[in-house]
Amino acid sequence: MKTQLHFTFFVLLIVLAGVLVAPVLAQGQPPTDDDVNAVARQLYCPVCENTPLDVCPTQACAQWRDLIRSMLAEGKNEAEIKQYFVDNYGARVLNEPPREGLNWLVYIVPPLVILVGAVILVRTLRTWKKPQVVPQVESPRAEAPVDDYVARLEEEVRKKN
Amino acid sequence: MFAEFGYGVLVVTFVLALYSVGASIYGYFNKSAALIESARRSMLLTFPLLTLAAGVLIALLVRGDFQVQFVYEVTSKSMPTYLKVTAWWGGQSGSLLFWSWLMSAFASAVMLRKWNRDQEFLPWVIVVTGVTVAFFLLLNILFENPFARLFQTIDGNIAAYTFAPANSTPLVPADGRGLNPLLRHPGMVIHPPMLYLGFVSFIIPFAFAIAALVTGRTDDRWIRVTRRWTLWAWLFLSFGLVLGGRWAYDVLGWGGYWGWDPVEIAAFMPWLTGTAFLHSVMIQEKRGMLKQWNMVLIILTYALVIFGTFLTRSGVLSSVHAFAQSAIGPSFFVFIGVTFVVSIGLLIYRWADLRAEAEMKSMLSREALFLLNNLLFMSVLVVCFWGVIFPLISELFTGQKVTVGPPFYERANSPLFAGLMLLMAIAPLSAWGHSTVKTLGRAIWKPAIAALVITAITFFTYTRNWIALIGFFLVALTVLVTLYEFWRGARARQHLQDENFFTALARLTGRNRRRYGGYVIHISMMLMAIGILGIELFQSQTQGTLQVNESLELQGYKLVYKDIASWDDGNANVNHTRAVMEVYKNDQWLAELHPRTDYYFDSQQNMTLPGVRSTLGDDVYIILVDWEPASAIGATFKIYVNPLVNWLWIGSLAFLFGVIIAAWPDKDPEREMVRAGQRSRQNSAAD
Repeated sequence: MKTQLHFTFFVLLIVLAGVLVAPVLAQGQPPTDDDVNAVARQLYCPVCENTPLDVCPTQACAQWRDLIRSMLAEGKNEAEIKQYFVDNYGARVLNEPPREGLNWLVYIVPPLVILVGAVILVRTLRTWKKPQVVPQVESPRAEAPVDDYVARLEEEVRKKN
Repeated sequence: MFAEFGYGVLVVTFVLALYSVGASIYGYFNKSAALIESARRSMLLTFPLLTLAAGVLIALLVRGDFQVQFVYEVTSKSMPTYLKVTAWWGGQSGSLLFWSWLMSAFASAVMLRKWNRDQEFLPWVIVVTGVTVAFFLLLNILFENPFARLFQTIDGNIAAYTFAPANSTPLVPADGRGLNPLLRHPGMVIHPPMLYLGFVSFIIPFAFAIAALVTGRTDDRWIRVTRRWTLWAWLFLSFGLVLGGRWAYDVLGWGGYWGWDPVEIAAFMPWLTGTAFLHSVMIQEKRGMLKQWNMVLIILTYALVIFGTFLTRSGVLSSVHAFAQSAIGPSFFVFIGVTFVVSIGLLIYRWADLRAEAEMKSMLSREALFLLNNLLFMSVLVVCFWGVIFPLISELFTGQKVTVGPPFYERANSPLFAGLMLLMAIAPLSAWGHSTVKTLGRAIWKPAIAALVITAITFFTYTRNWIALIGFFLVALTVLVTLYEFWRGARARQHLQDENFFTALARLTGRNRRRYGGYVIHISMMLMAIGILGIELFQSQTQGTLQVNESLELQGYKLVYKDIASWDDGNANVNHTRAVMEVYKNDQWLAELHPRTDYYFDSQQNMTLPGVRSTLGDDVYIILVDWEPASAIGATFKIYVNPLVNWLWIGSLAFLFGVIIAAWPDKDPEREMVRAGQRSRQNSAAD
């Protein structure tokens, strides 16, 4: 009975230890500076203007990098960490506006404007070219190669003369 | 008293600029040459007057008169004298004065030219430059007075006033706050003047364009008169941008030179329209086309110059609300709006006079390709403008702040830049007026095959990244086509003139400096493209905390931490922390680098100076990470390997050379004619 109790306790301990140790083992090594920077590079400092989080020298940013480190250690992935920052500090921490609502404008307007510019350019070129094209079609020399027969005929008429 | 004198000079100059504008307009409509001459002389006088005002400010800065708020904010006793002088453009009010001073220098210089052939332009050039100088002076006078002094009023408030308020005592701080350490770098000493020079000098071609619109002299005289001004403006602006990049690379400590920051883009936008303008004016000169479009481009460039200054000076970038609160923001907004509407109004008024004199004959002619080049430059402008503006729109309409960062710009602009590179390869081979696929194909096939061979070699030896391979192919093609053009021209001359190859090459370039200078600029752009491709596509980095004799490895390099030292420099009021790192590759010692951080006690700010080993192949760039404690027990280093980045700087030197070739003054044709006449008279006398 006593050995059975010991055995049960032993099994319990191993299971418990397994439960506790597993996540740490699953991640292997603690996150390196490079792991932290890889995430921080994609985020912008929530307080400074236009400074990526991986290079921002302020104390606040150093703490945010520590936060990323501990979240990585907890097993959170990149997307979850970014979401956490967006939830807490707003969309400005992302290096691009999220593709939703009014933000779509930032992605749609430039190609549209460029397209309109290209269309205007092509149309302008066409209108410029027209006067040049018309006389070309009308000129008899342009027609000559089309009909070999007529050319030969003309040639013969000239010879006879 | 001294500071008040400086302020008084500003006010007098402002009144003088306004007078010259008024006298010009009145003189033009009443055909009074005397009034216009008086306006011209007043405009000339703004420069010595502003030099005097600037001299007063510099004296205050050097003397350390800390009662003057500006002096208190940007200098401290421990700063060396040259930095006290350059602190002139280290803060808002001073840099606005600097802007006006440079502007008046250019305005005066243009007043000194010979006007006999362009009398009708003169009054309107005075009006445009005068209005611009007056506007910037007004900002100084009303909102950002660099001569304002600190006073303590009777209720204990401390504030800066232009004139001593009643019942107040002057407040003289014992020492100033000192210049931001990031600005105490040689790059920052030259970069803002260069950029500002580029900005203000673009106003000269704009002024002539407006003069042409008002007077109705819409032939290409205004373009011929301002061609060199434009080139120099473009050189200064380009160099300002490059120096800014170099400064960022050397002191900002993020291993790069360009971060698509709105402030950078603000300076980049007028460069884009300016570059498009430089190309499209050639079509007007050669073929009498695109007159309306050239007007649009120069008006846009001027508007973007003012807009860029507005973006960086009004605080609008940090928040829409900061803009509303800033004193100068709304005035800027009104000024940009009014000048833009007036310019466009004038353009519409003259629209019919600016019709093209010739037609486009072929889609592959040089003028058609130049138009495509303009479309691409304008597309990059659209991307940049929208990227800068969108966060403001978002904040204004939804209250949500967003960041538009590098991924947006890089994705949108890379294909556009690739298109521009391709055009640089094709356009030099196409002819004005007419080109066909056949003529182009015949000219390009040899360089194209050589470029393909180079790309194949790159594929097997350097990279399999397809974006890089496309980039390197375009670089190789453009460089080879351009060199081929030099070679063909020189060979032809060699046969015709019986010269040796190098003489022929030099004379060829001398005969058509604009074309061959342009080609050198194209090659320099390609060298810069190599650097940009290298750092953008192949940069790698790592970071780690090391103890002495421990090492980090990256891209085959091994970096060993050897030593660290920290000491105070009492004279400069700064603490230096300097680490010693040894660089090895394949166990072979290459270099010893000294990454450093400087802590400035007066401004309580850090400056990070990387240790760099620079070769044509790559840069090893080490930063002592300044937010971590640094000692022999542990110091944190960030290491970048930046392949090929040196080509960016080499390219920019080649660029300088190219612009100098293109902008070198020709012999004055009138004087040449006179000289030729004298010679022929002498000859006939001798006969």
